Amino acid sequence: MSVTGIVEFLTIFVLAAFVGNEVISKVPSILHTPLMSGSNAVHGIILVGTMIVLGSAHGTVQLVLGFLAVLLATLNVVGGFVVTDRMLEMFKAKPAKPADDGSAAGGAK
Amino acid sequence: MTLGTWTDLVYLVAATGFILALKGLSSPKGARAGNLVGAGAATVAIGFTFTNPDVRAHALNLVLMIVAMVIGAAIAVPAARLVKMTAMPQMVAIFNGVGGGAAALVSIVVFLIDSPGSPAVYRIAEVLFGVLVGCVSFAGSAVAFAKLQELMTGRPITYPGQQAINALVGLAILGLAVATLVTANTALLVVLAVLSLVLGVIFVLPIGGADVPVLISLLNSFTGLAVAASGFTLNSNLLIIAGTLVGASGILLTRMMSQAMGRSLPNILFSAFGSVVTAAGGADGSGADVRPVRTGTPEDIGVLLAYARKVVIVPGYGLAVAQAQHTARELADALAERGVEVIYAIHPVAGRMPGHMNVLLAEANVPYDQLKEMDEANPEMSTADVALVVGANDTVNPAAKNTPGSPIYGMPIINADQAEHVVFLKRSMRPGFAGIDNELLYDPKTTLLFGDAKDTLTKLVAAVNAA
Repeated sequence: MSVTGIVEFLTIFVLAAFVGNEVISKVPSILHTPLMSGSNAVHGIILVGTMIVLGSAHGTVQLVLGFLAVLLATLNVVGGFVVTDRMLEMFKAKPAKPADDGSAAGGAK
Repeated sequence: MTLGTWTDLVYLVAATGFILALKGLSSPKGARAGNLVGAGAATVAIGFTFTNPDVRAHALNLVLMIVAMVIGAAIAVPAARLVKMTAMPQMVAIFNGVGGGAAALVSIVVFLIDSPGSPAVYRIAEVLFGVLVGCVSFAGSAVAFAKLQELMTGRPITYPGQQAINALVGLAILGLAVATLVTANTALLVVLAVLSLVLGVIFVLPIGGADVPVLISLLNSFTGLAVAASGFTLNSNLLIIAGTLVGASGILLTRMMSQAMGRSLPNILFSAFGSVVTAAGGADGSGADVRPVRTGTPEDIGVLLAYARKVVIVPGYGLAVAQAQHTARELADALAERGVEVIYAIHPVAGRMPGHMNVLLAEANVPYDQLKEMDEANPEMSTADVALVVGANDTVNPAAKNTPGSPIYGMPIINADQAEHVVFLKRSMRPGFAGIDNELLYDPKTTLLFGDAKDTLTKLVAAVNAA
């Protein structure tokens, strides 16, 4: 790759860094954990890289390492999104019960 | 258009999806949708990658790839579905660690493919960065997992000359990196990878259990950077964008988390916080030189709660460990049935990581309007009859406000001391993670009930119902 190619990638890198900083500028603390988990899943996209590498691997060493890489990356991306979804599932029922306030005497289960 | 152009376009869509995913995840409304958008973007990108001629070049490689993906998914889905909510943080640590490991492996294999020719210096530099950061993240996450899973002590592990040893390992890695840049020697790269794993372990050892979540967030950011480095190596915009997004937002998130704890990031990483246990005199509170505290029976406390007008429950780490969130809700329900107003005051770092307590209580179907963030809850404390502190200690320690010399001075706390009565449910007199004594425990208006949070809460439910 040429030097201009590198500069192009650096440009993307710098812009992405600013976007990353801006996009989560205000996060309520209750979402810190889900956000961390979700962004953890996003870097699981390394799976795409591991696929390309395993595809071009030759010889036992490269194949074994590449296989391992695909396996680990799959764990990252699949587990990451599923675990985040499970965390966020817990929040969904929240606005449904405004009647709980003070008048709970009637509601024996 | 060529296939390559199509690929670039699809990857651009996926990258946009990741940006929208992070955006969504940072607001309560859009969080779940954001995560689904991210998952969709990843699926599309991964699916389209199968059209890549490099990926399809050899049948054997392709078969191995699919086998690895099937095995990975078969492990990940049940693991993520079945893990207990209290064990979430270590699950995130593991998934982060394997991502770092994958990024390091990508860099290593690319180097092996490249090295028979003489690769350009910048190509080696990209590889070195990916290997170093990926290995640190992998090993660091593994230790973080072991700490949270209690496979090893959660206390900081320190030894003489620790900082010097860490610095030496760091320098050795730097030297190896330079040597590898010049010689492009594979053996040197392997040694560098091993030393990076060592660095990951010794970097995490002195960090105490309560601080590990902040550490995981930092390592998450590291993995993002390692992925970005792989993106440079593979000329992939998608990996550069996704990795950098996570790297940058992860650093910011890490800082927000440490701010919520009232501490600076360097302080968390390097001070071995909580390694000094100041409270001598028996962890069970029976030591001779322990100051007198007032303990109560479950029945006493049950009556106190049942006839209160307003009770504020302050849940902490102990509640998470005992998995007592459901029992806490039962108690709140029993009180609400008697007309007692109940709210939960959530400290930003209650539980095992920021926001963790909200997740746990939501799992127990605690109504959302009863959950109050610290800033919302504190003005209500002075009108509360009882502050019921369940397995929390440092987050209600008035020393954070009153004692300038204290290690936690300046940390925002829940003002449990302003309630008319304070009840602590604690396992023992052992101090919290900060390792400092809590004056509030000795306050005349404080009553203590020792035991596992789940047991004591169960007894309180019975006592309230009987009162």
